[in-house]
Amino acid sequence: MSKLPEMINKHQEEIRTDWLKQMNSSVRRADLMSNEELDAQSRELMSAIAKGVKSGDLANLDGPAWDEARDTLGAISASRAKQGFTTSETATFVLSLKQPIFNAVRRENASDPAALFDDIWKTTQLVDKLALITADAFQNVREKFIARQQEELMELSTPVVKLWDGILALPIIGTLDSARTQVVMESLLQAVVQTNSRVAIIDITGVPTVDTLVAQHLLKTITAARLMGADCIISGVRPQIAQTIVHLGIDLAGVITKAKLSDAFALALQRSGQVVTKVNGGNGAGKRTLLRREE
Amino acid sequence: MERIPILRMGQFLLVTIQVDMHDRLALQLQDDLTEKISECSSRGVLIDISTLEIVDSFIGRMLANIAAMARVLDAETVVVGMQPAVAITLVELGMSLSGVRTALNVETGMELLYELRGDFHSEMGG
Repeated sequence: MSKLPEMINKHQEEIRTDWLKQMNSSVRRADLMSNEELDAQSRELMSAIAKGVKSGDLANLDGPAWDEARDTLGAISASRAKQGFTTSETATFVLSLKQPIFNAVRRENASDPAALFDDIWKTTQLVDKLALITADAFQNVREKFIARQQEELMELSTPVVKLWDGILALPIIGTLDSARTQVVMESLLQAVVQTNSRVAIIDITGVPTVDTLVAQHLLKTITAARLMGADCIISGVRPQIAQTIVHLGIDLAGVITKAKLSDAFALALQRSGQVVTKVNGGNGAGKRTLLRREE
Repeated sequence: MERIPILRMGQFLLVTIQVDMHDRLALQLQDDLTEKISECSSRGVLIDISTLEIVDSFIGRMLANIAAMARVLDAETVVVGMQPAVAITLVELGMSLSGVRTALNVETGMELLYELRGDFHSEMGG
């Protein structure tokens, strides 16, 4: 039976002090983290490790004895990912624990080289595993960030705007892929139901390129809207895109297309039997006329 | 035997589908509706599917068929109140129902029918 667990428990505080000293000389990032925080983190981790080694199982860290150590490492990784540490900096935080333990092991086993070597090997294995857990947790947190940002971007980029009574506008910005079309289609159809709109204007000014796939997605959206009883107008077709559409042989027959959003809006107003007219004599005068009429 | 009721509203027929459509029910509706159109010499059919939540290609084809049959019998068909999910499903199934007229709700659907039958609009409005 190795003396290592017992030794780590006994010299816990000593190892921790040594470890902090070590970190101060190598990976300390004073700009990202305060001394108190580092101190608290190391204390928490050290006591969790001490609890883990008490089980005597140093080779397998999946067991319940190591639950606390794994949770602590997860929490530390998460907070470090948010603070902007790099992966290697976070891993080094754990890896720098090696030398302090080696030092303690050497002091303890000065007379017995075989036991010394054995303990050093065990320590290496243990710390490496801890470091791997940390790196995994760190990466998980970062991946979650990216997934959440992607989701937010998706929601941000597909607003449905109500222009007028019964007229919706859907300005699309960025490339349309299958996943996005699904979101666009759903939010448009939902908005059609909610606002009882008869006309929807899909503005593609912000779509950089139109290929057959994008066109197909657009046509699908238009057909779905038509099935629900809403007409679609495509606006913001740039000259280059018009050329591409013709060269690709995309059939947009049956779809109303306009060059500008304003043209589409005018048509939508006309279709719903509404007109916007200028009040006589420009803005200020018009307001006055209105006021006088109210009097 | 379960049936979908067909209501007569002047020159038009009103069909409200409020149960899950299954194939036999759809065929029954097709029979009943064509019968009723010729019996009442109706000029328009309004089918409300706002409570229909599940469609398959058969139901989609049935809607298209009903519209085509009604047209042969000189009646216009308007399908109203389709749910977003249903619309998406039909599009994904490749059914654009190009021969069927659609409207947002019963109100706009009736307006559309009157519009399509302009002669009756003036008669009823006056």
